[in-house]
Amino acid sequence: MEAFLEPFSFEFFRHGMIAAVMVGALCGLIGVFIVLRGMSYIGHGLSHAAFGGAVLGYVINLNFYVGAGLAGFLAAVLINQLSKGKKIKSDAAIGIVTTAFFALGVALISRVRQFTQSFDAALFGNILGVTAVDLLIIAAVLIVTVLAVFFLYKPLLFSTFDNEAAQVFGIRTELVQLAFSLLLAMSIIASMNIVGVTMIAAVLVIPSSTARMLTDSFSKMLFISTGLGALMGIVGMYSSYQFDAASGATIVLFGAVMFCSVLLFNFIKNKLAAHEHMHSHGGIMHSHPHDHDGDHAHDHGDHKHSHDTHTHSHGGYEHTHEHDESHVPHKHHEHKKP
Amino acid sequence: MIRLVNVSAGYQAKPVFTHLDLEIAEGQFAGIVGPTGTGKTTLLKTILGSHIPHAGNVLVQGQPIKKIPPGTIGYVPQLETVDWQFPVTAEQVVLMGLFASRTYWPWPTKLEKQKVYTLAEKLGIKDILHHHIRDLSGGQQQRIFLARALISNPRLLVLDEPTSGVDMKTQHDVLHLLGHLNEEGITILITTHDLNAVASHLPWVICFNKTIIAQGRPEDVFNQEVLSQTYGGDLGVVKHDGHLLIVHNPHTH
Repeated sequence: MEAFLEPFSFEFFRHGMIAAVMVGALCGLIGVFIVLRGMSYIGHGLSHAAFGGAVLGYVINLNFYVGAGLAGFLAAVLINQLSKGKKIKSDAAIGIVTTAFFALGVALISRVRQFTQSFDAALFGNILGVTAVDLLIIAAVLIVTVLAVFFLYKPLLFSTFDNEAAQVFGIRTELVQLAFSLLLAMSIIASMNIVGVTMIAAVLVIPSSTARMLTDSFSKMLFISTGLGALMGIVGMYSSYQFDAASGATIVLFGAVMFCSVLLFNFIKNKLAAHEHMHSHGGIMHSHPHDHDGDHAHDHGDHKHSHDTHTHSHGGYEHTHEHDESHVPHKHHEHKKP
Repeated sequence: MIRLVNVSAGYQAKPVFTHLDLEIAEGQFAGIVGPTGTGKTTLLKTILGSHIPHAGNVLVQGQPIKKIPPGTIGYVPQLETVDWQFPVTAEQVVLMGLFASRTYWPWPTKLEKQKVYTLAEKLGIKDILHHHIRDLSGGQQQRIFLARALISNPRLLVLDEPTSGVDMKTQHDVLHLLGHLNEEGITILITTHDLNAVASHLPWVICFNKTIIAQGRPEDVFNQEVLSQTYGGDLGVVKHDGHLLIVHNPHTH
């Protein structure tokens, strides 16, 4: 136990762990909207744009968060405006805008080589050097995001489900979109130093995609995804210390394991739920996996029928039988020529 | 109820229709018919305010669409455009019709829940309210979205292709239900490809192909000449047992 708790005796680890839990929860929460809006690539793109802004900010003596924040928000607005027209789709707009910002950062770093080292954390994530100010900023962004999701729950849900209908029903979708872009940019910038630009998309997408496999309820998905994000932060950060690897990478690797486990769990559950036995439709005997309701009704995609009394075809004869849950033995047969 | 004055609309520089005038009276039950790609949906979206026209005025109840209070217009989108895997139940979809009210509390009030149940009972969907939307039949899905449109007691109901993607019985049931709602005083505007459904259920039809070709009662409007101008000449009209039937004419190409 002592060995297990040993890393917590270091202040840098405690800071890193608190930051990772908050960042995981934050990305898990905001990630629900990203996944359901089908914009998983935007996290990847915006973090790259924010990186460019951070480097530019450094060159002109701006605070890291101010430079990254301005670039992230500007990129989000530009993507939104570019993809309004029919000719440039949002994935292309993300590719153009955010890579241009990232390229600016890379160009500045390669020109002024002496500060390259400072941006390693932003690129790959690092538990070392998480300051009290960083923790305060992450906590502030998490609180603002939770409050915004709580009070904007209805417009966010409606515009995520069907933006056009939401507008017709009187939701101010442009404002909702703007607020969401702002929240997303803030979340990405707050997470950059912990998870790293290169890994942030996965932290946004993995908890919410995993949560989606576990529930069919939007509100439950918000809670599960937030919890899974925090869990990713805890386990990933601890592994980062134990294996002396970049925190972003270990957080994402644990997330991938978590996602695959739920995928496998669902696969096995569905296999066990599906039931296979010989039966007939249109005179053709066959078997395939299918579900049974309580009254033994079969669901074959486009129609249902019950097996309590059911007409089967065997060898050119149709017969009706009753059978119990296990199908054998048949309790009653009525034979007739087809 | 709806008034379009000299409206031109389209996408970027390309106009879909120009200088369009249209008036739909309060209490009307009208169907817009026409071939695919001739501007029916653009016209509908222009009326709904989700597509900004290049020029002209769109008025609903005498006011520009932007000034209409939320809940005045109920809208049912094409079922094909809905994300059926989205994690919501039928009840949550119906409640969305009340989301524009200026309350920021995420949970529905008792009154809102009561409204949902009363309406669900009327539309025959009370038992499926807690089902995921993916698990509903085409007819049930249509009724759920109809309930969402009706829950704010709209004066105008707009439906985009309510008869597509559902079987004939469901088509009949949906149009029958819309007829009842119209009798209760709701103005209804739909787009559809099903000319026979329009002929048998709707009192007013607008034949549209980038402009209004003709409008009036189906028995007055559905004739060889109008259908030829609207669809390009391969449709014929037959009267059978007092019913109007629109058929493909195999002799024209």
